[in-house]
Amino acid sequence: MTALPRWADVVLLPLLNVVLAFLVGGLIVLAVGQNPLQAVGIMLYGAFGYGSGFGYTLYYTTDFIFAGLAVSLAYHAGLFNIGPEGQAYVAGLGVILIGLALNGTHWAIVFPLMIVCGAAFGALWAFIPGYLQAKRGSHVVITTILFNFIATSMMGFLISRVLKPAGVNSDESAPLDAMTRVPQLRTFIELFKNSPVNLTFFLAIIALVFIYWLIWRTKFGYSVRALGKNPVAANYAGISNQKMIMIVMAMSGMLAAMVAVNNVGGVQGRLILNFVNGAGFVGIAVAFMGRGHPVGVGLSALLFGILYQGGQELAFQMPGITREMIVTIQALVILFTGAMGDMLRAPLARLLTPSSSTTGAK
Amino acid sequence: MESYLVDITLILDSTVRLAVPLILACLAGLYSERAGIVDIGLEGKLLAGAFAAAAMSAVTGSAWLGLLAGIGAALMFSGIHGLASINFKGNQTISGVALNFLAAGLTTFLGQSWFKRGGYTPQLSGDQRFNPITLPFANELREVPIFGQIYWELISGHNIITYFAFIAVPVTAWVLFRTRFGLRLRAVGENPKAIDTAGISVTLLRYQALIITAVLVGIGGAYLSIAQSAGFNNNMSAGRGYIALAALIFAKWRPGPALLVCLMFGFLDAVQFRIQGQVFPIIGEVPVQAIQALPYVLTVILLAGFIGRAVAPKASGIPYTKER
Repeated sequence: MTALPRWADVVLLPLLNVVLAFLVGGLIVLAVGQNPLQAVGIMLYGAFGYGSGFGYTLYYTTDFIFAGLAVSLAYHAGLFNIGPEGQAYVAGLGVILIGLALNGTHWAIVFPLMIVCGAAFGALWAFIPGYLQAKRGSHVVITTILFNFIATSMMGFLISRVLKPAGVNSDESAPLDAMTRVPQLRTFIELFKNSPVNLTFFLAIIALVFIYWLIWRTKFGYSVRALGKNPVAANYAGISNQKMIMIVMAMSGMLAAMVAVNNVGGVQGRLILNFVNGAGFVGIAVAFMGRGHPVGVGLSALLFGILYQGGQELAFQMPGITREMIVTIQALVILFTGAMGDMLRAPLARLLTPSSSTTGAK
Repeated sequence: MESYLVDITLILDSTVRLAVPLILACLAGLYSERAGIVDIGLEGKLLAGAFAAAAMSAVTGSAWLGLLAGIGAALMFSGIHGLASINFKGNQTISGVALNFLAAGLTTFLGQSWFKRGGYTPQLSGDQRFNPITLPFANELREVPIFGQIYWELISGHNIITYFAFIAVPVTAWVLFRTRFGLRLRAVGENPKAIDTAGISVTLLRYQALIITAVLVGIGGAYLSIAQSAGFNNNMSAGRGYIALAALIFAKWRPGPALLVCLMFGFLDAVQFRIQGQVFPIIGEVPVQAIQALPYVLTVILLAGFIGRAVAPKASGIPYTKER
């Protein structure tokens, strides 16, 4: 690997990759005869221009922070968790079960219990693939994909056959009382109008700080990173790789589970089909773009929050561009920051240190 | 008795129809994974192939040009995958995941921009599709009891891609295990250094594998939109690429078993519609979701080593770097 100055490695290269992804995205928009700059303007207005738009941006950001952290934490241990989507979906079951059991109770009591209960369900759904990799040798990449599909079928069955109250037509659980739901910020702050951003947003900020502390300031975090960098050395240093894989996957599932707290507990107030709606997958892009660091994850989650909310606005204002353009951007971000992350490394190194081209050759 | 036979032939007939895209995608994955390239992106290529085929066919009116476009789209995706995973030595899984999102995003976005039908392409008819072929004597033999029924319903009356898929299985087995190219392909997936030492280009071999993958999965995509259906709709691959991947693991990366597993998954898909709301003795009503989840659950159990062991090609997923 070509060496780069630290500032270039940490800031410049990732930034260039993101710019590249957006440039290609812009070219695609241009290719279908639309103006990408106008699109960006509309998106920024949609994301920040008015109170409820801003609230929606923060609501999406909340989801993406949790999903991004879930992917990042596992990735630090060398595990590619593609399953936050399914983990969040199953966690919705934990959230709604405790919510319905205590329906009518004040949210101050139910909110922490939703976190715990959701986390337990999400952790379980991620623990199984972790266990299967640690003890039975099957890769989490494949098993988490499979578990996403199994979650879809299982939750579909549970929602439409078990949780659906008699006399209700649509496939959804019974609703939570207003006082039991996680309160939305608009009840305290007028600005957010009718947007769904709720207290879970602050939980996401806390999670960012917590994960930073956990990964870079604790012995546990050191073990996680050691496992990710070199499993053989980690094992030699006395770290039980098997145990770590299972713990890290379970924790990753807990982070993904908070997407359910945000949506089931704070937005819909009931369990509906496919409430995760791709947020788990956005987490993959967020994690790579943010390079697994909480600061990066926070910023990329915000960027995707802007894209998703702004994309909504875009669909109204520019009918030629559908919201799926965002999924394309998401794909390009994963491609350029994840899979081709080192593409620009060599040319950049040549540019920054002109002498290295002579020392590099044999 | 007679009605049971009709029932069974009908289920088997739809089994065949539903298995075709799985077979093609599964064989496609077989070539790249045998060459040491993990292909999570099958789903995306299938979707891109389906869209390109339907779009081209709608514009030109020719199913064959549609097929070519489907293959072309899959080739482009394979090219990106190759660039990322062979040339830039990036992470193949990440690249595959990116391709899946790219296909999901682009097909809907371009579909809406070009055709303005909410992501659908225009309805296709006549020569814009691959239509059923009636095999010789099928109509004459139709009245013959049992055999005639089976020949007419199950074997005759499919489109050309279906027959191609079934021929592709023995051909793949032959290429893989009986030709020099096949030997090299398997070697580059197990031990690329040996191939390199023998003076054969690892890069070239892996690109060749990716090209074959793209051709097969592109045809599979075209099957979805211009043979099985009459046009493209949003996300029409609906996870078939992932099921094919599961089938590939289940078949332990061998063509013959791959066919059987794909037929089994196709069968599960076919019965799922039939058992809806039916009450069986002892077990009672089987929820549709249980059948839907079955291929995935079975694959997890297999991967966990509870029924046999699935061992991937050794160099699978690892970019090859020559020593300096």
